[in-house]
Amino acid sequence: MFRDVAFGQYYPTDSAVHRLDARVKLLLTIAYVVSIFFVKGYFGFMVAAALLILTVIVARLPIASVLKSVRGILLIVVIGALLNLFLIKDGDVIAEWGVIVITKKGVHTTIKMVLRLILLISGASLLPLTTTPVELADGLESLMSPLKLIRVPVRDIAMIMSIALRFIPTLFEETTKIMNAQKARGAAIDTGNVFRRIGAMLSVLIPLFISSFRRADELAFALDARCYNATDRRTKMKKMRLRWADAVATVVALAFFTVILLDKYYFGTVGIDIDAMIFGGLL
Amino acid sequence: MQAIEIKNLSFIYSKGTPFEQKALDDINLSVAEGELVGVVGATGSGKSTLIQHLNGLIRVQDKKRASIVVDGMDTSSKKTLRKLRFTVGMVFQYPEYQLFADTVEKDVAFGPKNMKLGAEEINARVRRALDVVGLDYDTFATRSPFDLSGGEKRRVAIAGVIAMQPRILVLDEPVAGLDPAGRAEILDLIGKLKREVSPTVIIVSHSMDDMAQIADRIVALSHGKIVADGSPREVFGKRELVEAAGLELPTATRVADKLIARGVPVKPDVITMAELADELARLKGAKEADNV
Repeated sequence: MFRDVAFGQYYPTDSAVHRLDARVKLLLTIAYVVSIFFVKGYFGFMVAAALLILTVIVARLPIASVLKSVRGILLIVVIGALLNLFLIKDGDVIAEWGVIVITKKGVHTTIKMVLRLILLISGASLLPLTTTPVELADGLESLMSPLKLIRVPVRDIAMIMSIALRFIPTLFEETTKIMNAQKARGAAIDTGNVFRRIGAMLSVLIPLFISSFRRADELAFALDARCYNATDRRTKMKKMRLRWADAVATVVALAFFTVILLDKYYFGTVGIDIDAMIFGGLL
Repeated sequence: MQAIEIKNLSFIYSKGTPFEQKALDDINLSVAEGELVGVVGATGSGKSTLIQHLNGLIRVQDKKRASIVVDGMDTSSKKTLRKLRFTVGMVFQYPEYQLFADTVEKDVAFGPKNMKLGAEEINARVRRALDVVGLDYDTFATRSPFDLSGGEKRRVAIAGVIAMQPRILVLDEPVAGLDPAGRAEILDLIGKLKREVSPTVIIVSHSMDDMAQIADRIVALSHGKIVADGSPREVFGKRELVEAAGLELPTATRVADKLIARGVPVKPDVITMAELADELARLKGAKEADNV
């Protein structure tokens, strides 16, 4: 059952997006997320959604894998939407039942909030979907390297990150093994009621802790035996190199960012007769 | 009565994702009560997936086609799942890593306790289980399992399974990581367990020498399929088949083959060292008789 979790969200298709430099993907994802907050009107949302869909198509991801991450925040979206819809009281009233008042402004704010959250989460989810955890750790290390100047132990942080990532699948595997062994002795992990299950989990957690310590010990020995930290400068087997595709992706992202900013500050949001589209049927 | 009856069993890991992997492909296998079956196969041949089906740790994927009946119980039935777990005792690879209690006694009693037996019965079973695996109750019962030596830990872990007195015992690589003396001890122990506690035994192993020595029957898996099934002598007689499955022949068989290639007339079907030694002694005797 853990087999699926162990690989994280990564969805391999070997597309142009997958092959982009992890650092570029990290920065562009951050830029996209930030730019979503600058989007003001529906035109901006359309552009942002178009870019997202374009990326999903180029990355050859199934749309379901992107929507899966949205499902996780569905509750927040629904509650936020209802609060916005009912609590915004200024602007033209379009419906009124006693204390419940729905205004045009409320409807607009609600729609925008929902769009913003969905674009935000699905945009951010593209990073882990198209980048392996190891690439991400390497990318972060490279991006953080200027911090070395102020004596942040970037290399050690990166090493810790890689080790942690490396051991997630191992620990999952180990947990499954120990759980199976205890289940085979009749531990009520998958058969008893909640309290018995929690009790039975102890028989899994104790061996798991012991084996984690053993592994940590062995790993420390192995690092030592290979003279880890004996030299100042470690080189990488896989050097990250920027390619043309990375430049293209950056230009697309910059163009997108420019459009969003122009829309917000210069054109004052491109007018789309959205009222007619939304309220046309209602009024 | 058949102890285990597997029909048309297939299994696919991570079904419906890009990581999809076929582990078992249409397995049909029945094991009679009283057999000692060795399941052999290269890494990734599906051995572990197969045995985890036997006590319902892995559920039958395609219930319409496949079925597993163990000791009269359908393994996909939720009602008999607990009973099934106590009928099939499973000793996993490196079983010492499953130890968790603060005393040997409590750890061995974990299974019987889960069976909801009475205190007296539990104590009797713990004593018997420790006795069978060759650990003295009075010396070991109150010690912490984590203070024991590697071999002792493994015995305690095996005792923890034996204490449930399962009708069928499944062992996954029971001698992995042990020195030759330790291996011999555990192999002897398995014979004893079969005689005294669990009449049907299934061992997963990649040591052909061990299997040639103790198994009544060998089932060879390759890429999720059964490629050979028969007595050790039959299976190891099919040289090409064994090698195609990514397995080695027993050391004795390989030595015999080399001897035959050099013109020493040993029998080609020796599979254990003891047999090979007998053969060589016979040849030596015959030669001396010739010389006289």
